[in-house]
Amino acid sequence: MAETLVQVSDLKVHFPIGRSLFKDGVTLKAVDGVSLDIARGEVVGLVGESGSGKTTLGRALLRLIEPTEGSVRFDGTEVVGLPPRDLKALRSRMQIIFQDPYASLNPRMSVGQIIGEALHLHSIGTRADRDERVGDLLEKVGLPRTAAARFPHEFSGGQRQRIGIARALAVNPDFIVADEPVSALDVSIQAQIINLLQDLRQELGLSILFIGHDLSVIEFLCDRVVVMYLGHVMETATAADLYTQPRHPYTRSLLDAAPVPNPRAKRDRIMLKGDLPSPINPPSGCVFRTRCPFAIEACAQVEPALETVGPRHAVACIRQAELNLME
Amino acid sequence: MTETTTAPLLSIRNLVTEFRTESGIVRAVKGVDLDIESGQTVAVVGESGSGKSVTSLSVMRLLAKGVGSITDGTILFRGRDGQVRDLVQEPETAMRRIRGNEISMIFQEPMTSLNPTQKVGAQIAEAAELHQGLSHRQAWARAVEMLSLVDIPEPERRAQVYPHQMSGGMRQRVMIAMALACNPALLIADEPTTALDVTVQLQILELMRRLQREIGMGILFITHNLGVVAEIADKVAVMYGGRIVETAAVQDLFDRPSHPYTRGLLASLPTVDHAARAAGEVARLRAIPGNVVDPRNPPAGCDFNPRCAWAIEACRAAVPPMLPVEPGHATRCIRWSELDG
Repeated sequence: MAETLVQVSDLKVHFPIGRSLFKDGVTLKAVDGVSLDIARGEVVGLVGESGSGKTTLGRALLRLIEPTEGSVRFDGTEVVGLPPRDLKALRSRMQIIFQDPYASLNPRMSVGQIIGEALHLHSIGTRADRDERVGDLLEKVGLPRTAAARFPHEFSGGQRQRIGIARALAVNPDFIVADEPVSALDVSIQAQIINLLQDLRQELGLSILFIGHDLSVIEFLCDRVVVMYLGHVMETATAADLYTQPRHPYTRSLLDAAPVPNPRAKRDRIMLKGDLPSPINPPSGCVFRTRCPFAIEACAQVEPALETVGPRHAVACIRQAELNLME
Repeated sequence: MTETTTAPLLSIRNLVTEFRTESGIVRAVKGVDLDIESGQTVAVVGESGSGKSVTSLSVMRLLAKGVGSITDGTILFRGRDGQVRDLVQEPETAMRRIRGNEISMIFQEPMTSLNPTQKVGAQIAEAAELHQGLSHRQAWARAVEMLSLVDIPEPERRAQVYPHQMSGGMRQRVMIAMALACNPALLIADEPTTALDVTVQLQILELMRRLQREIGMGILFITHNLGVVAEIADKVAVMYGGRIVETAAVQDLFDRPSHPYTRGLLASLPTVDHAARAAGEVARLRAIPGNVVDPRNPPAGCDFNPRCAWAIEACRAAVPPMLPVEPGHATRCIRWSELDG
């Protein structure tokens, strides 16, 4: 197996809510003890419903949000608590692609300035070198070199997402957090961006944490998948195992809920009741138990640990051994 | 006004809707024909700029005054009284009696469609009071009944809360309760589950299916998601560039897609070969090249021809007519019979 590039241990991101001089307020535990690792060249999918903490986790890895507790090691260097100067140096190796290609590009900057900004900040090359590099990057993401002189509003959503990808690639990162990069795009454009990501990953050997909610996109792109619910990891496995042999009731219900483009696919589904509970006041024990059709009394008592159930397959459910979710 | 009970619930013919913009007149809907029967769900699928939402807003006559207008065609609607009216010609006062009463609409974003300063019970009661002439007390009872119908637990208590105190899924249930409070004959649902998580989306789709069985309304379901289409639709119309390019019963559309655009959409959905991946293969999707059509600047002839691998000179010369593929199945492609070759 390839060497580990990113190693996250027991990471917590807690936000104080409503705290003031006169009030204690409460704590929102967006990420509450997550451990995962990403190997060099590996694409890991992070799935879960809104409010699961997946975006917060992705940003905390890059310290775009400060973690409250825990450790993130990037290529052997501890990222949590790293002084600003060292963090800046490390940032050229870790980049992010955002969901909304309209909100994430500065409308007053030309495409060339947007892509070249990181090169400038990290003092990479002369001005002429940087212009050359911007042109190369545009071609790499399937846009003409002349796009550099134009402005974001002249481009469609899919083209803007290509610009966002070129910006992330500018500093030659080893690791990219891709936060729902195709969710805002039209179906026919999504496929183009997915293919681009496949090309880049093959060509550049990138490690990617791909955050998404479309399970078919995650299955297509990712080697391994981490399923999150209310700030906790429920299950992690290779894409092949997760989709064919889910071991956690939440994973199974997510797979069941995904609409399949085949009217004949009538399935026995586990349909969840209600919505995600508030992360401000999460259920005791297993956070999923209030929506779980298999919950028993014991689920309210103990917080289940991630148990290894097979090669690279771990599940946080005290009933995993007795449940047969494949029927 | 004509009296006939055998007419479809809704029958749209040659609908043309235009918008006045800074860059001139933009034709968003360019001659749409569509029928919906009672108890039937017709899905209109398309990407941005396809004209799917403008079609539904045209039926509701909710186009911004002075900006958007219906410039051609008819929208025949069979009301509760059995009378067939052309909604294009109805005066605004008559449309107000129809909207929210005989035809209701639900939107993608339940938060922006609900009044944040009013209790949800009062918002549902308002429709019943206005259109059904119920007393205040009766209307409130009707609101609680509707909340219970859409599976909201503790409906008496929930009627007293404000929209921001509810989750996205709950708010969409409230929207549906409000839309159905007057027993409409037609429900227009514009991407009603797009903003929801998949687990909640499934609940809402199940709910709509059940309510349709119980109430028997026709549903016009606007979506971009072919998976949702397969779940909910009886009949499908695929739109591109302001026109319907293919229409069929749902099973026929998935079994025998007969327009290159429909085929392209289906082919661009990710499918995984785990064995090939294990062998180290990096898979590619068959994406449709190019960008979705810009309604301000449509191509000559078939709207899809610049992105179509099958396009020939004739496709650029004229807009293709709808051609029959099988009973109930038609496509706007002159080369449809060659696509399998």
